[in-house]
Amino acid sequence: MQALVIAAHGSHLNPGSSEPTFAHAETIRAAGAFDEVREAFWKEEPSFREVLRTLESEEVYVVPLFVSEGYFTERVIPRELRLAEWDVSAWDSDGTDADHATLRATDVDKTVHYCGPVGTHDAMGDVIVERARSITEGRDLTDFGLAVVGHGTERNENSAKAIHYHADRLRRSGLFAEVRAVFMDEEPEVDDVATLFETDDVVVVPLFVADGFHTREDIPVDMGLTDDYRTGYDVPTAVDGVRIWYAGAVGTEPLVADVVLERAADAGADVADAIVAVRERTRSGSDASAEAATGRSR
Amino acid sequence: MTSDVAALIEAAGDGIDFDGLVVEDTAYGYRFETPAVSKRGIDTSELAALADGDPYVANWRYWVETVGGRGTARRAFLRWLEGADDATVGEGDAEDEGGHGEASDGAEHADADDANAEDADGETDDESDAVDARERLAALRDGGRVRTWGELRIRVRLGGAGGERVYDVRHRDDADADPRDLDTHRDPSDAHDLVKHDDRGRYRPLSTAPSLPHGWRFVDLDGGALVDTVDYVYPATVANWHREREGDLDVTHWRETADRQSGIYDLVSDLPTEALAWAAEACCVDSQCLKRREWDHDADTDLDVPRGDGEFPCREPCSLFVAAAREFTKLEREPEETREVTLSESEVEGLGDLVDAVAEDRVNDVREADLDDGANRYRVRYLRAKRGRRLGMD
Repeated sequence: MQALVIAAHGSHLNPGSSEPTFAHAETIRAAGAFDEVREAFWKEEPSFREVLRTLESEEVYVVPLFVSEGYFTERVIPRELRLAEWDVSAWDSDGTDADHATLRATDVDKTVHYCGPVGTHDAMGDVIVERARSITEGRDLTDFGLAVVGHGTERNENSAKAIHYHADRLRRSGLFAEVRAVFMDEEPEVDDVATLFETDDVVVVPLFVADGFHTREDIPVDMGLTDDYRTGYDVPTAVDGVRIWYAGAVGTEPLVADVVLERAADAGADVADAIVAVRERTRSGSDASAEAATGRSR
Repeated sequence: MTSDVAALIEAAGDGIDFDGLVVEDTAYGYRFETPAVSKRGIDTSELAALADGDPYVANWRYWVETVGGRGTARRAFLRWLEGADDATVGEGDAEDEGGHGEASDGAEHADADDANAEDADGETDDESDAVDARERLAALRDGGRVRTWGELRIRVRLGGAGGERVYDVRHRDDADADPRDLDTHRDPSDAHDLVKHDDRGRYRPLSTAPSLPHGWRFVDLDGGALVDTVDYVYPATVANWHREREGDLDVTHWRETADRQSGIYDLVSDLPTEALAWAAEACCVDSQCLKRREWDHDADTDLDVPRGDGEFPCREPCSLFVAAAREFTKLEREPEETREVTLSESEVEGLGDLVDAVAEDRVNDVREADLDDGANRYRVRYLRAKRGRRLGMD
């Protein structure tokens, strides 16, 4: 038997924080590739600490639903899962290309395949494109600018690395006229997004796992979409003569379920059929040009 | 020949001794025993005839084939639900709606006549096992059997003619509710949305808080779906309960949990032991959490706080407790000062009411015009108008 655990942050305060985790888990459950699919959280239940014992499977694939490699993926999750032999060097990553490590947990008799986070997988580029397409209702994006928004350095430098990594790849894809990485707490700032681009239209996609305080309140206000987040804003909203198409957290995009599966597949899970099924279910367009254009290969 | 019979004949070679059913393939032919039938020296066709439609054979098949998973928490939980504990533990507070009381519980039979093993072959089954199985199956046919798990009320009954079980779940307070008044669900994953908020719409960050919302029911679940549903409502409780029954619960005490923390929770290791007890009294007693606290400060230092009576154990301080402890640690770091405050005796009493009302979550129950209650809004506003929100202290 093989199991999938989606490891996410969760929240004691915001009930919406775990919603994408449950939604993606449900999509994958329906695809039937795993005998068991479980959500696990730092702040909700089951905790990272106790999730493995809830599984009957001997092979467990753990995929962190986190945006970047860093404090949570490298330290908190392995520690709480009791992956005693874990060392970050097992991922052999420069901050954006973690793969997986095969380990044992000390409290259960199981093999744990600990995967890199969803956010730094190449397939996340497809999700950003998908998000841009859905918010612009299928317009031709080659005249559009794309701003990929990250939190910024805060606790670890890899947070910004992940944003730059996807921005660079998407720029090379030629799907957009212009692509930039912008941040909440470092330059270039999301506040200035309307002046950073040459294009008349800019799609703004925050690389966040769930919608919350930052994506619902901070970013719309910082960009000048609204003075008061409670009154909402239009998509698009014109700011300084530029139409801003604000997409909200990319993590809520259904196609993220595909990235979770890709992570598990990279670690050896037998999920090829499920990947096809999930893509068919979660991709809005009929073409696979995003994948082709971002040059992703598995 | 039904599939039950085919499976039985195949398994007979290794012998079967389960819930009152005994089947053996001996040198003198088959032996087939149930609480209702006893035959020896029969051939395959006679065995097949006896087994066809037999409820004990169907029951055996359910546990062997449908449930399977020997040694798993899932199986142990499903067995426990119908009082068929495989473990030696026989306590339990089973309610029983089918008119069959505790008599079918293992505990009741633990001291039954052990010498009553009538088998010349020295089989381990004794008559009490058979009685047990007969009464249990009768109860499952006749209205089913009910057990509670936290605030859940779980009913198991036989569905249809075979040994298949059907499970349903609702809030224990809704035991007698008209089904038409309850929202009906069949998909276990519906549970996570259902239990995310309490009856007043407040987010429930702690799944085992005794604030499970009412007004829903899950019906027609099979065993796997039942356990999944319970796992959504009370994550990991079945797994830890099973470990405890197996004598295998890995308790992590506060000292180890606190020392493991990093980042913003690094500081919780400074929480004084005395304050840890106050924190456990604040957060972990039955009125706040249905888990039974098994952890202490460390293996040698118990906290003098009630552990709770819950069915399932708490093996380690949870993330909500650690987050609370972070705030308590910061509070404990602050220096204390002696302050002067001028209040009447009634004002002090009223403040006591207010503290209790918040602590017992009854602020919303204080009636608008009940000015006698120190937690009454007008009365508290009067106090604030008169004394200020710092009660006149500098």
